[in-house]
Amino acid sequence: MREGYAAVMPANAYNWVAVWRRNFLAWRKVALASVLGNLADPMTNLFGLGFGLGVIVGLIDGTSYIAFLAGGMVATSAMTAATFETMYAAFARMRAQRTWEAILSTQLTLGDIVLGELAWAATKAVLAGTAIAVVAATLGYAAWASILYSIPAIALTGLVFASLAMVVISLAPSYDYFVFYQTLVVTPMVFLCGAVFPVSQMPSAFQRVAGLLPLAHSVELIRPAMLGLPAGGIGLHIGALCMYAVLPFFLSIALFRRRLMR
Amino acid sequence: MSTVAIDLSCVRKSYGDKIVVDGLSFAVASGECFGLLGPNGAGKSTIARMVLGMVAPDTGKMTVLGEPVPARARLARARIGVVPQFDNLEIEFTVRENLLVFGRYFNMSAREVEAAVPALLEFARLESKADARVAELSGGMKRRLTLARALINDPHLLVMDEPTTGLDPHARHQIWERLRLLLARGKTILLTTHFMEEAERLCDRLCVLEAGRKIAEGEPRALIDEQIGCQVIEIYGGNPHELSSLIRPYARHIEVSGETLFCYAPDPEQVLVQLRGRAGLRLLQRPANLEDVFLRLTGREMER
Ligand SMILES: Nc1ncnc2c1ncn2[C@@H]1O[C@H](COP(=O)(O)OP(=O)(O)O)[C@@H](O)[C@H]1O
Ligand SMILES: [Mg+2]
Repeated sequence: MREGYAAVMPANAYNWVAVWRRNFLAWRKVALASVLGNLADPMTNLFGLGFGLGVIVGLIDGTSYIAFLAGGMVATSAMTAATFETMYAAFARMRAQRTWEAILSTQLTLGDIVLGELAWAATKAVLAGTAIAVVAATLGYAAWASILYSIPAIALTGLVFASLAMVVISLAPSYDYFVFYQTLVVTPMVFLCGAVFPVSQMPSAFQRVAGLLPLAHSVELIRPAMLGLPAGGIGLHIGALCMYAVLPFFLSIALFRRRLMR
Repeated sequence: MSTVAIDLSCVRKSYGDKIVVDGLSFAVASGECFGLLGPNGAGKSTIARMVLGMVAPDTGKMTVLGEPVPARARLARARIGVVPQFDNLEIEFTVRENLLVFGRYFNMSAREVEAAVPALLEFARLESKADARVAELSGGMKRRLTLARALINDPHLLVMDEPTTGLDPHARHQIWERLRLLLARGKTILLTTHFMEEAERLCDRLCVLEAGRKIAEGEPRALIDEQIGCQVIEIYGGNPHELSSLIRPYARHIEVSGETLFCYAPDPEQVLVQLRGRAGLRLLQRPANLEDVFLRLTGREMER
């Protein structure tokens, strides 16, 4: 049994690249539509909430609301991009398109495929998150150099949420189940994790829950970076995010093995 | 390398309480075309997937190209080409892109793939379609591309799951011709099929399966001679039971399947004499084939 699991783990450090490149080639053919689709939603949120609520809210911790919101929207859009890429596109490649089946007949393993898909979803998260950061910087709500600092955090956020969504798709019988994950996990996180208002405004029980959620750690890394403020507990945040990326990764491989190789 | 390409011993697999592969053993020699012949649901695809390490057996031992499977199936797969039962090409990619992407899965560089592509396109007769999207190809062309894709890593062994099912006769003959070329080049082929004719034409040896069990194994001709060994008369129309008592003395063996009566007769003339002058009968005399073997062994015809 243990041997069975060993055989499906990533075979080496580079096999996954072929999967990433396959997805990149497919994406290139539809890049324009994909980029616009990924950007429209978070931009609407940023400007709608930022300007609309900004008038009412005034300053938060000494910055304008829209500058405060920008970091939250970058983290949120990275989360959403990685989640959706995995739940819909990777799920389609696993099921309807039979892409994974084709790859499994080559010398790649299930682990190589999952790793390639995670890297790809994280890439899309970086594209989506960075685009918002660029817009924020252009309008003067963030410093240009800060974008560079936030990119690793955006990428890590992408890996985390791709990894979590991998577990979801390894268990979900069909697309219909994704909506539960979306409405019960992803959307509440936006409000619990300080993306649109400070965590400190919530009751303390909620604050403690937020401290356990991955998006809160992403926001804690990305927002200070974009605002050029000193960040506290960087090691803790990175450590927590790494756990959230690595554990679901291995769990999903084991679950995919049960699902696809039975 | 050893001369045994695939070695299965006492392999079992069940789903729930349904036994799908039941204590199966067989060995495929290097350079041979070995067929798994059986009706839908016999377990052919499951066996093919087990050989590739894509399904784990419950018990039993498997060695493929010298590697224990599934433990080291990845290393075996590096030298295997696969034609799956259902096409899984990249529909939105061009023919060339399909080959390129697949080559990368074997860690081939763009240059290595580019060097291999012209010969593969020629082999698949897709030279003029190199830059066409797969979605634009006919069923036969897709199947030939799947075959070309399976050859990208210059495999020693090809595992083909029903390579011609769903193709029209012309496209089927084209695939058969390609497969014979590959055999002439020394490739080993594991082929599953429910087509008797395909098995008879291509396979050096085959294993007849029913419900996951091996019911016969050997060279197609030898199996036919062993199990039947004479001419066959198919009789349509009339009452099969009445007719069979009439011709029984002259038949080695009689099978009734649906409306059809199969009479295995060492001397067909005598049987035909008995039936002469009977209205409403249609008779067909022919040499025995694998269909007859299957009918003989299982008491039923293989559905098509
Ligand atoms: N993953 C699976 N789960 C449950 N049953 C399966 C699975 N795969 C195959 N089977 C069953 O195993 C039997 C053999 O299937 P298969 O190997 O596809 O046969 P064949 O390829 O000869 O048509 C069928 O009854 C099929 O329903
Ligand atoms: Mg099958």
